[in-house]
Amino acid sequence: MNQASQMTVSDEVAIEITNMNKWYGTFHVLRDIDLTVQRGERIVICGPSGSGKSTLIRCINALEEHQKGKIVVDGTVLSSDLKNIDKIRSEVGMCFQHFNLFPHLTILENCTLAPIWVRKTPKKEAEEIAMHFLEKVKIPEQADKYPGQLSGGQQQRVAIARSLCMQPRIMLFDEPTSALDPEMIKEVLDTMIELAEEGMTMLCVTHEMGFARQVANRVIFMDAGQIVEQNEPEEFFNNPKSERTQLFLSQILGH
Amino acid sequence: MSDTHAQTVAFVRETQIPPSPPPVTEAGAVKWVRENLFSGVFNTVLTLVAIYFVARFAVFVFPWFYNGVWEASSRKECLDILDGATGACFAVLVDRWDHLVFGFKYPPDGYWRILVAFILLVVAAAPALFASLPRKLLFFTAFYPFLAFWLIWGGSLWFPLTILGLIIATVLVFRLISAQIPVNFRQIVSAVIGGICGIGLAYLLFIGAKELVFIANSVGTEGAIATIAYGVFWVMAVFAFVFCVPMGIFVGYAIYNSFEDGGLVSIVASLLFAYVAFSFLLAPIWMALNSVVPIELEAVASRDMGGFMLNMLLGTICVSLSVPLGILLALGRQSPMPLIKGVCVVFIEFIRGVPLITLLFVANVMLAYFLPPESNFDLILRVIIMITLFSAAYIAEVIRGGLAALPKGQYEAADSLGLNYNQATRLIILPQALKISIPGIVNVAVGLFKDTTLVSIISMFDLVGMIRGPIQNSTEWTSVYWEVYGFGALLFFVVCYSISQYSQWLERQLNTSHH
Repeated sequence: MNQASQMTVSDEVAIEITNMNKWYGTFHVLRDIDLTVQRGERIVICGPSGSGKSTLIRCINALEEHQKGKIVVDGTVLSSDLKNIDKIRSEVGMCFQHFNLFPHLTILENCTLAPIWVRKTPKKEAEEIAMHFLEKVKIPEQADKYPGQLSGGQQQRVAIARSLCMQPRIMLFDEPTSALDPEMIKEVLDTMIELAEEGMTMLCVTHEMGFARQVANRVIFMDAGQIVEQNEPEEFFNNPKSERTQLFLSQILGH
Repeated sequence: MSDTHAQTVAFVRETQIPPSPPPVTEAGAVKWVRENLFSGVFNTVLTLVAIYFVARFAVFVFPWFYNGVWEASSRKECLDILDGATGACFAVLVDRWDHLVFGFKYPPDGYWRILVAFILLVVAAAPALFASLPRKLLFFTAFYPFLAFWLIWGGSLWFPLTILGLIIATVLVFRLISAQIPVNFRQIVSAVIGGICGIGLAYLLFIGAKELVFIANSVGTEGAIATIAYGVFWVMAVFAFVFCVPMGIFVGYAIYNSFEDGGLVSIVASLLFAYVAFSFLLAPIWMALNSVVPIELEAVASRDMGGFMLNMLLGTICVSLSVPLGILLALGRQSPMPLIKGVCVVFIEFIRGVPLITLLFVANVMLAYFLPPESNFDLILRVIIMITLFSAAYIAEVIRGGLAALPKGQYEAADSLGLNYNQATRLIILPQALKISIPGIVNVAVGLFKDTTLVSIISMFDLVGMIRGPIQNSTEWTSVYWEVYGFGALLFFVVCYSISQYSQWLERQLNTSHH
């Protein structure tokens, strides 16, 4: 029995992307993207490199600017208005492939920085929240160390905790396990699975197909800047419709 | 277990090998000497040659120091005492000590003021240099410049205190306006200010264009060169006409847009307040205060500052001003706003393209032509401005290197957490960029400190100016070179080496990678 089906998905819309297009110079990276994400939904986006999957989720919190189309996050329309962008960013957490922890701050300071400065949480309270989430990702004992002293897997879990400290309603993961040693991938995936079980809305760009099968409600396959296929994981893996998807899956699962 | 292993794999470790100490030849002084001095034939020869030259040098220098004469009133007396033996004439340092340190015009009964200012400088700098000291000491650091000004230049204590008071008042006005006046109102006024600035610029360009047309017409069209000049002026005039209106609109919009929350009003209003306060309130207030409670020291003119004190004065002030200015220039150069970026690029490239000596000459001589004859623009202030601008341009480029070295991910992480530009810059970007830039900044700071001796060529009597001028031109101490310049070198070495050691210590403190 698939675990995902036990988790509830509400009717409320978390993210709505309509007819979104993006160009890098003359290169058309994202073409006519239409995507609606319900609250509590867990979506895995996969595809060959250069297919625009990272760019897609980076458009959602305006790390990349889209030129055409409409993105609505949590009821806020994403425009060039800095206030809207800041509002969306404080609601949407993000984890990066290379963690991007702040190396000059301790783990605890990494986690309390944004709550203190953006949410104006008192320092003491922010530290309590941070310790709560560090316990959740199972590294409270590292709180006073610096990121450089931690292993890759630990750093990525800190990065997840750092995002969670802002108590976001949506989490974006941009290949969170791609820079990790095989032994460490599991600890990060376990954290993400736990997060999914609590009903967090998640968009993950990842090649961890086991994770996709276990957690996702929907798998999206992208190629050449377009959404080629999307389906429930069982159906997606066992019975891919498009030829491009079949080729991709045979290459990624074939060995 | 072992049975299965024996059947399926070739080897399985059952026990761990404990670590053991290294052999004797791998540790201690013997290893060091062998590796560093006698690691081969070539290095052995080099070591022996070096030992020979060091020994020769020591044999020559040691008697020079040992026989040194410390008490004499002139070089001739020194030579008489030495009576043909090799020996230094350190008596010049004793005789002219005050001049070397304080300059020859500073009133001798005011030397204690300089010493107190110097000791307090150490106290004031400590909390800024060592993060482990209590942060409350920074209040003294902020207060120190005003106290030091009074101690060194003399006059009434109320003068610097009134300046401090007016600065605080300006900050309060800024706070009041940005907290009390509603955002909508500030936005409207900001739009008006932006509009006026834009119209003003457009008008200036328009006048310039008219002037160019006038010049073009008066050049006439006779002769080839005149024709070319006529054409050039006309092209420039048309260019200015065509661009003045859009440029004005653009500038106005850019000014409005960069202060969307109406912050422009707070800035303009507090600047206006500062201008009025400093031109009309400063003198009456401090004079009134001084007549009630007179706290005065004998006033000393800037022209009378000299000796190593002048180098320290210029070095400290210019370094502490040029680092913040350099940071602003570096950030400005990275700005997406073309106006700010353009101004910063032009400033940096201009200053870097001009020698410091030229700037000092401009400060000393040229400015006098441009300023009204009765204006009394302090010479040291002019020199401080020029040296500060000069080193700020270099520091800006060093910091730009630090900014460029930061991975893009740091900016993205800060953005994705919802930090705004100011917060991201102050909390994430600058601490890391400055850490990377420490060696470069220290490089500029040490260079700047040594460059302060250049003021001797615009007839200010700093340490080098003192030696070249009053000391070597005096009848008693002509042709004394090694002793005085050696002393100068020693003073500069002590300061510069301390700066360098501090920066290395700081780098170790800030190293959080621990790999």
